[in-house]
Amino acid sequence: MRKAFIRTLTELAEDDERILLLTGDLGYTVIETFAERFPRRFFNVGVAEQNLVGIATGLAEAGYIPFVYSIATFAVMRAYEFIRNGPLAHDLPVRIIGIGGGFEYPSAGFTHYAVDDVGVMRVQPRLTIIAPADHEQAVTALRATWRQKGAIYYRLGKDDVNTVPGLNGRFEAGRAQVLSEGRDILLIAMGPIARQAGEAARRLTAHGHSVGLMIVDTVNPPPVDHLRHALTAVPVAMTVEAHYRVGGLGSLVSEIVAEHALGCRVARCGVADMPVGRTGSDAWTAAQHGLSTEGLVASALRALS
Amino acid sequence: MHDDSLRALAREIRVAVLTGAKRANVGHIGSALSIADIIAALYGRVLRIERPDDPDRDRFILSKGHAALAVYAALRARGWIDEETLSGYCTDATFAGTHPDHHLPGIDFSTGSLGQGLSFGTGAALAARLQGSGRRVFVLVSDAECNEGSVWESVMFAAHHRLSNLVAIVDANGQQALDHTHRVLDLSPLEARWAAFGWRAHLVDGHDLPELCGALSGDDSSAAPRVVLAQTVFGRGVSFMERAIKWHYMPMNDDEYRQALDQVNH
Repeated sequence: MRKAFIRTLTELAEDDERILLLTGDLGYTVIETFAERFPRRFFNVGVAEQNLVGIATGLAEAGYIPFVYSIATFAVMRAYEFIRNGPLAHDLPVRIIGIGGGFEYPSAGFTHYAVDDVGVMRVQPRLTIIAPADHEQAVTALRATWRQKGAIYYRLGKDDVNTVPGLNGRFEAGRAQVLSEGRDILLIAMGPIARQAGEAARRLTAHGHSVGLMIVDTVNPPPVDHLRHALTAVPVAMTVEAHYRVGGLGSLVSEIVAEHALGCRVARCGVADMPVGRTGSDAWTAAQHGLSTEGLVASALRALS
Repeated sequence: MHDDSLRALAREIRVAVLTGAKRANVGHIGSALSIADIIAALYGRVLRIERPDDPDRDRFILSKGHAALAVYAALRARGWIDEETLSGYCTDATFAGTHPDHHLPGIDFSTGSLGQGLSFGTGAALAARLQGSGRRVFVLVSDAECNEGSVWESVMFAAHHRLSNLVAIVDANGQQALDHTHRVLDLSPLEARWAAFGWRAHLVDGHDLPELCGALSGDDSSAAPRVVLAQTVFGRGVSFMERAIKWHYMPMNDDEYRQALDQVNH
């Protein structure tokens, strides 16, 4: 996803000189496409995420569209107050690229797990948050949004090979993507874990359940009308995210259900406790938090019973 | 603007600081008096700004945002905000609160959280270079603000990229909210620290207007950013406020206000 994103950004930069790329000393084998094509529009600011966003703010005030690149936890949380007081307060088009939503650096440990990034970012009313589900959608989403007003957080994964079956790179502003419709339960997923949610939906369907699947890619501003409409049609919704259960997609869906007094129940699949301690592969780590395909099927069956 | 006019502007700023702080019954008076001469030098002579919305104007960032009242007074003197805005300091629905907001004409960046302004300014200076513009960027930080690690992130970047169009000004009054800087987190030797990070450091009397103007205008020929270490007296111009920690936060009572105004006017 990250390579496809930077490749597309490089293409866009051919036609618009306002595009700059800044990194906090990360992106080996990823950012070179841009850096080599546009060496004068590429800056490695060093390991300094606060300054990364601060500099981007000063550049954006002068008319540039700076993209800043780092691992999601660092780009979001180390720089959080700079994002708030810089691009958000000044309504400037700084683009924050956070790599590795969820457990995409599994053996690196909790410092590298972005399981709270969407939660802290989503409370900012001015911030657009885009969490593509695969690399094809990342490309479409970038092309559709890069020149819009205000700041954007792109929450990207590392997988540049696998795609979510049936998504075909679709992205529409203000709407979620519907991959299947069902009457018994609606799975709503955010990010690359949509693949596991899709596999879980297929298994549940094979068990005789009528299962819907939606992907929320624009997390903020959320596609409220679209979600509301979909949630009205089912008795149970299950959110799926490589993120804490609090603050992210599960909270977003719960807010819509509560605010509109919808009759559906919400089951939230996500990370419940701080993921410190033992580490392993991404599959192992996700399974620890009930986010493997098997875990999601089990959670759905519990929610359906 | 020549020296006498600069001195008059500095006095006008001090009077506005006292009047505005008294009317609003707020503090940060000592911090604003500390920078009154620096602000007079900048807005009276140094800054090249035809109009506050000219994209190619010099940028100024008050990174120690709590002293904003001194800047509002200068914006009023330049005619970019009206008397009503200045006298509306800290009233309902004003853009002129205790910290500067970019919605106000003449304020380039909103500040208020220490340690961010120099980073914005570094980006602004980099933008000017990329655009081939001769505009310059001035950022006023407090000495205690240099406690913030983010300041040094910007300091390193600006030196590495030889941003000679960037000028940092340190209001070195030796005080911070709760005590004197040497007792909280010693910053000395401040000049050597900035120099060691690759900046051209100029130590000046922060209340000597010609000296300030000379150092701030400087020359852009050397390929390094410049820092003007302005040695200032906190509360300068009001005897009972000078070097007194209390005047970081405290508002004035009526007697104190009369005395302060009297001293500044003479």
